[in-house]
Amino acid sequence: MVSKFTLKAAFISLMLLLVFLGAWQLATQPRESTAVIGGDAEYAALMGKGEQKTGFPTPAMVGKSFVTYLSDPFYDKGPNDKGIGIQIAYSLGRVALGFLLATLIALPVGFVIGMSPLLYRAFDPFIQVLKPISPLAWMPLALYSLKDSDISGIFVIFICSIWPMLLNTAFGVASVRRDWINVARTLEVNPLRKAFLVILPAAAPTILTGMRISMGIAWLVIVAAEMLVGGTGIGYFVWNEWNNLALPNVIFAVVMIGVVGMFLDLFFGWLQKLVTYRE
Amino acid sequence: MALHDPFDANSSITTCNCGQHATQTQHDIAVGAGDVDALNSRVVQTAVMKALFPHDGERRKFLSAVGASTAWAAISSLVPFGALEAMAQEKGSLEKKDLKVGFIPITCASPLIMADPLGFYKKEGLNVSMVKTAGWALIRDKVLNKEYDASHMLAPMPIAISMGVGSNPSATSVMTIQNINGQAIVMANKHKSNRDPKNWKGFKFAIPFEFSIHNLLLRYYLAEHGINPDTDVQLRVVPPPEMVANLRAGNIDGFLGPDPVNQRAVYDELGFIHILSREIWDGHPCCSFAAPADFIKQNPNSFAALYRAILKAAAMARDPKSRPIMAEVLSPANYLNQPKAVLEQVLTGKFADGLGNVKNVPERVDYDPFPWYSMAYWILTQMKRWGYVKGEVKYKDIAEKVYLLTDAKKYMTEVGMTPPKESMKKFKVMGKEFDPAKADAYVNSFAIKKA
Repeated sequence: MVSKFTLKAAFISLMLLLVFLGAWQLATQPRESTAVIGGDAEYAALMGKGEQKTGFPTPAMVGKSFVTYLSDPFYDKGPNDKGIGIQIAYSLGRVALGFLLATLIALPVGFVIGMSPLLYRAFDPFIQVLKPISPLAWMPLALYSLKDSDISGIFVIFICSIWPMLLNTAFGVASVRRDWINVARTLEVNPLRKAFLVILPAAAPTILTGMRISMGIAWLVIVAAEMLVGGTGIGYFVWNEWNNLALPNVIFAVVMIGVVGMFLDLFFGWLQKLVTYRE
Repeated sequence: MALHDPFDANSSITTCNCGQHATQTQHDIAVGAGDVDALNSRVVQTAVMKALFPHDGERRKFLSAVGASTAWAAISSLVPFGALEAMAQEKGSLEKKDLKVGFIPITCASPLIMADPLGFYKKEGLNVSMVKTAGWALIRDKVLNKEYDASHMLAPMPIAISMGVGSNPSATSVMTIQNINGQAIVMANKHKSNRDPKNWKGFKFAIPFEFSIHNLLLRYYLAEHGINPDTDVQLRVVPPPEMVANLRAGNIDGFLGPDPVNQRAVYDELGFIHILSREIWDGHPCCSFAAPADFIKQNPNSFAALYRAILKAAAMARDPKSRPIMAEVLSPANYLNQPKAVLEQVLTGKFADGLGNVKNVPERVDYDPFPWYSMAYWILTQMKRWGYVKGEVKYKDIAEKVYLLTDAKKYMTEVGMTPPKESMKKFKVMGKEFDPAKADAYVNSFAIKKA
């Protein structure tokens, strides 16, 4: 049953959206086109008079590009013009690959340094230095050394999404309640069993928080990376439309990026709930 | 007639003629093919029309707008239908059929792009995928990484890459020049009354790349007016699409950029065309079609096939009659992704200059593919002048290694073009003669240069 509270919140959300759209419409009201400087009819025609082109697009124009792209999301008109569905699929594919690689490394390494305070200390300076590096700063290095733009894109996702996972795993593992570990010790549980049956479930919520943050970062990074390397993906789509200064399409893509990012986050939120337990 | 007329505005070429059969083939079987010769030529025509207009609606619109006979004349000048079979050449077996070619979405790339929808690559047995690329630095990296087999490049880029200036040295060759002229200096509207470059001290200009003819021409132009481009103004490398946005934001005062960006700035009422680049050097090379030397060595037959396709496309693009159709074909998102109205002004040379005048300059852009050694010489003199290369420059060695003039002559003859007999020519840049035989003296003759 939907509670009254949820309904109220939804109502306010809707109002906010309407106010936003209204303000947007008012701000971008098409003005009478500026007088052509000493223009005759021929000049005016060459300048494209009578066509809406300059200025920020109105909500209606953006709505139109939503309809155009969403009504045919999987078209393929050659290597440089594909439907939005295909582009998002490419981006998600890259994110999935980079994220998977990061997970494969971050979880075991995080586990090990979480269990050993000595290693934690030893690794810490490297992690602290590497963590804040912007994905775009990695790009030229990756392109130069990996010699492949697609792999470079995946590498950049990998290198940027590994840190939150690594740190959260280490932190989660390190802060498992001592009582439980002591109980395991009294029962003489072997180390492997201890790791999988005691520490992992206890640290799982923290680890998933790390993964959730990482996924958010991966999705942020992919758009930037694809704008740089081009070819396919939602980032490339933004770049291609920007190339044509087609702002309605850029806004459409921006909203799509937001929506996909939200779903990714919701998915990890759901996973997190699955592994959280109440004491 | 078994096939419907592709030049009939009212018929559809995506389904069958009479509407009773799902496909044309079924229809043909059902009615029985008529005159075989006529059918064959229809098949060729239909294929070309389909390639030019993937959407049937556009073909119909185009035909009803210009009339079938005009369209027929225009398109048969593009594609010699009758000679299609005759053009089949004896080819060695292709070492590599699937090629990746990079391009930057500007009108300079027209020939190499047009070769795709016109089927010139296919006719040579090549399966070329054209990849739109985000900037010149990325083109360089992707060619060096062997992701692209060949690519659209700025004319000075292969020279710089081969010499290892701005990258690791890697032998790269210019197969053809893509276009000559076709660039412009665009200034922000606020400078409408300030047209004298002498007053431009402190201005900020955008150029597409360090090793671009744009950079060299702008430097030359400013220096001729007494402005030292290294100390008196700021030159920023800005990707072409962002030139317009930067002009709008007021970050730059002007730019020497490629078309259609120049015309786009005018179309969006942000700037005006101060001069066309042909007013600096008429016939200057801009972009080139380049391939790494390794690719040429390893795939001589594919290289020859690619060469022929590009040259045929250049011959097509030179013809003023094909320009309006080119604007139509290049406009969609897969290629340049620019308004047709803008492309048409660039390609036909009838354009609004942003100052209220309609100008008619049919030579605004041309597609002469011939890679003169003298062009490479001039580029080298300017690279030396502005300190990109230091010490003694071996003009002859570099030009002959990078600009594949002998191959160009050979393949131009093969596809029925007449290449010039010479390999060097003197020309004038802003009234000052350049004699390639006295390149070093030319460099020293300038008062403004990098010390």
